[in-house]
Amino acid sequence: MASSIRVKTSMRDGLTTVRAIIRHPMHTGYEFDKEAKKLIPAHYIENVTVHHGDKVILQCDWGRAISANPYLSFTFTGAKTGDILRISWTDNLSGSDSIELGIQ
Amino acid sequence: MTDENRRSFIRHSLCLLAALTTGITGVLKPLIALAERNSRAFAAGTEKDARAALFPGQQIETSDAIHIEARDVIENGAVVPLSITTKLPAAESITILVEKNPNPFIAKFNLGPGCSGFIATRIKVAQPSDIIAIVQSQGKLYSTRKFVEVITGGCG
Repeated sequence: MASSIRVKTSMRDGLTTVRAIIRHPMHTGYEFDKEAKKLIPAHYIENVTVHHGDKVILQCDWGRAISANPYLSFTFTGAKTGDILRISWTDNLSGSDSIELGIQ
Repeated sequence: MTDENRRSFIRHSLCLLAALTTGITGVLKPLIALAERNSRAFAAGTEKDARAALFPGQQIETSDAIHIEARDVIENGAVVPLSITTKLPAAESITILVEKNPNPFIAKFNLGPGCSGFIATRIKVAQPSDIIAIVQSQGKLYSTRKFVEVITGGCG
């Protein structure tokens, strides 16, 4: 199955920019399903961790108010072309996914 | 194997095991402390409670070295593009709160040593509200806020 994570990296003057989109419903648990006449159970990503090689460079604690199909972008220094970047997430229903790519 | 030898063997094995365990836990200790999820902060119903759960007893100074980039008027509160940039040195974390959301604490980004002070994401905003960014830098806390007008709320 295709990964739920799409990532693009770009490097300029030693600064690496990472842009990622994760496919995820991010249900808050407050939305009402009119057809089923009940609340849609909460289902959202709680943690996103980004590794550069074996170092954690970013760790995100998310609540339910991150939009559906979350977008995340950040910048960091110290990467070389071809270094491995790993992004992984876990949600409140024990779902998880991760992706590894070479930095370009 | 004599008794003496056996004892010595066991003693050495134990020493080796102890050394290995210390070594492994030492190596695996993450650079950023993966703290327990702060459920109390996420469940908090007011900005004040969320702040208290996130940064108990700590002073937060307002600062103009933090910039919140978001549109002033937002049509769809379910998708509010937002970026936070800070010039504060060695920013350790960026926290986002939305004052009028049912749960004001939105997210906390713990930045590793190589990260520059920039985060962009998309959040849900329930009604016109202040967005608050709190940055931790060199052990101190700084914050700034920006009001956004929301036409259709985004919390379902």
